[in-house]
Amino acid sequence: MPLITYRTALNQAFAEELSRDESVFLMGEEVAQYNGAYKVTEGLWERFGSKRIIDTPISEAAFLGLGVGAAMMGLRPVIELMFWSFAYVGFDQIINNAGCIRYMSGGLINIPMVIRGPANGGTSVGATHSHTPENLLASTPGLKVVAPATPYDAKGLMIASIRDQDTVCFMENTLLYGNIGEVPEGSYSIPLGVADIKREGTDVSFIAHGRAVLTALEAAEMLQEEYGISAEVVDLRSIRPLDEEAIFTSIAKTHRVVLIDENKPFCGVSAQIASMIAEQAFDELDAPILRVTALDAPAIYSMPLEKLQLPTAERIIQKTLTLF
Amino acid sequence: MPEITMPKLSDTMIEGTLLRWCKKKGENVLIGDLLAEVETDKATMEMEAFEEGVLTEIFVEEGAKVFVGAPIALILGKNEKKETLPLTSPMTQAASTPHKAPLGEPSKIALGTSRQAIPRNTQEPPVRILASPLARKLAVERGLRLETIATQGTGPSGRILAADVINAPLTPKGSLDQDGASRRTPILPTVMSDNPHTEVGLTNMRQIIAQRLLTSKTEIPHFYLSIEIDAAPLVAFRKEFNATGNKITFNDIILLAVARAAIEKPKINAAFGTTSIFEYESVNLCVAIALEDGLVTPVIRNAQNKSLQEISAAVKDLAIRARDKKLKPEEFSGGTITVSNLGAYGIDQFFAIINPPQAVIVAVGAIVKKPVVNAHDQIVVGERLAITLSGDHRVVDGALAADYLSALKKWLESPRRLLVL
Repeated sequence: MPLITYRTALNQAFAEELSRDESVFLMGEEVAQYNGAYKVTEGLWERFGSKRIIDTPISEAAFLGLGVGAAMMGLRPVIELMFWSFAYVGFDQIINNAGCIRYMSGGLINIPMVIRGPANGGTSVGATHSHTPENLLASTPGLKVVAPATPYDAKGLMIASIRDQDTVCFMENTLLYGNIGEVPEGSYSIPLGVADIKREGTDVSFIAHGRAVLTALEAAEMLQEEYGISAEVVDLRSIRPLDEEAIFTSIAKTHRVVLIDENKPFCGVSAQIASMIAEQAFDELDAPILRVTALDAPAIYSMPLEKLQLPTAERIIQKTLTLF
Repeated sequence: MPEITMPKLSDTMIEGTLLRWCKKKGENVLIGDLLAEVETDKATMEMEAFEEGVLTEIFVEEGAKVFVGAPIALILGKNEKKETLPLTSPMTQAASTPHKAPLGEPSKIALGTSRQAIPRNTQEPPVRILASPLARKLAVERGLRLETIATQGTGPSGRILAADVINAPLTPKGSLDQDGASRRTPILPTVMSDNPHTEVGLTNMRQIIAQRLLTSKTEIPHFYLSIEIDAAPLVAFRKEFNATGNKITFNDIILLAVARAAIEKPKINAAFGTTSIFEYESVNLCVAIALEDGLVTPVIRNAQNKSLQEISAAVKDLAIRARDKKLKPEEFSGGTITVSNLGAYGIDQFFAIINPPQAVIVAVGAIVKKPVVNAHDQIVVGERLAITLSGDHRVVDGALAADYLSALKKWLESPRRLLVL
């Protein structure tokens, strides 16, 4: 299987869907002539032209609204946000329109749109460029939220997201764009709401999404080598719909759980999952539910400090050891 | 802490009976003074003072049963005042249990503290036990009470974990009173209380016997093998041995033979541990000693290395102290094989109940004269001894047990070998 980057995997997904379906188009700041701020859309403008790959001014509220309108009229917009942090000026479009129109129209109007871009800290770009809003968006019934950790998942989930009948908020990560992984050529899709066991284990379940999955895997290897603790890593892949069964199945196997989440702790994705576990898997627990999240402060600008703010393998190991 | 609580005097102790106070209320107490006598599930123990001061309060009357950890008295030092005591320990709840431990002057415990305002549920368990949700679920499934599984689990802060429950022996002491127990206990006809009768209260010992043997007989798959031994050499040997001024019994000889044979067949000297079998390196013999009101099985450690005289002396010492209830709790623990001998009561042969968690028990009958067909096909008068092994089939299979019995037979039919250490 070819080894390609997360960035190229996404690029392949767009190319596949742009070729397959005339109603798909890409739009965003510098996605066309500049090939994308992170080169995710590289070569697509040359191949598909200005009608399908559209540069926008710096006006998120406007082009998100344009996306909603286009989707209502039957197109399948893929809207790039240079940072998910910039979505906040367009929240009315995302939440009130994209998230609520199907319900408000009594199911008559779907908004089959993908809003995508990096949603991560850890790159020293400051608090206003480092938000991880998957929790905010997942708390809106009507929106779907996806956060792939690997190139394979990025491509398969993007294809599924573009074909989905609802708005999918697709959370990428600038730190993952250069990561390499095995990705099949051609088209394949990974259904939303299906988690993936990235590592089998018996002693503790790590539940994570996005880049935290990789941190969890790193911690799992170290725990195995240094402490003989076998951690299972459950990659949620999509936050909403959420594969609750995969979470509960893993906990029923290991009876211990650590939730790893680059969200801030307060009302983070892992807080929601912790609540579900406490309610529905209480009798399977042999230890308290623990979380390793970003530290509860605005994203720290200092690079060394910001690295510590996000979950690290060391922090995961420390917390995990308290369970045994 | 000037508050004196019921100490945990044995591994299995959950509650103790305060038999007698050795100090009166208001008396001075020095460290090391005898405070009280406490009857545990196994023995009567003396309780010494670890605090110096005045025995200000006695919370528990003589004869009352008290949970481990519950306050029983208050010793105040020179400058201490009762009112300043923070009686906030969760242990204080233990005093108010369904077991009706009579409180000396219960109103005084809470006097001057804010706790009096807090309504207490007297039906609550005495101590909050740290246990994971899974451990609690497993305990219910297995009909175990958490407090009998362990006072301290292996988890953080002593939390009882699933593994602790899985590894806990299924003793009936741990059984649930209600739901859990009803699932495993068959419905028996109720006792006829309208017939003329004398009601004898259950002593701690009787309760332990009842519970342990019920578990053993219901949870251990017993099987039985008997072997008849030519006891003529044994009778001759004892006569010869005792002619030198010793006073050893047949049982002493049999005990040593049981231990020596177990060293030869170590798989018999074992216990079933749920996920593995423990095979022990030395033989710690439990000797069943009948008492007026029950039975105890104290342990002779490393019996295989002892001489006949040492075994004999150990048995005598244990028997005397058992009758005086002076055996220490540790003298009951760690046994690997039990020997029960009813020969002196004229029983030729019997089948004993395994003493858990051991894998075998050896039941010894009387040496009896009976007609025997000898090697020349003649019927002659023989001295015969029937020995019956009860085995836990989870640990020991028939062939192994038979192998062990034939090893034991060899020792007993040529007992002089026992003199070689």
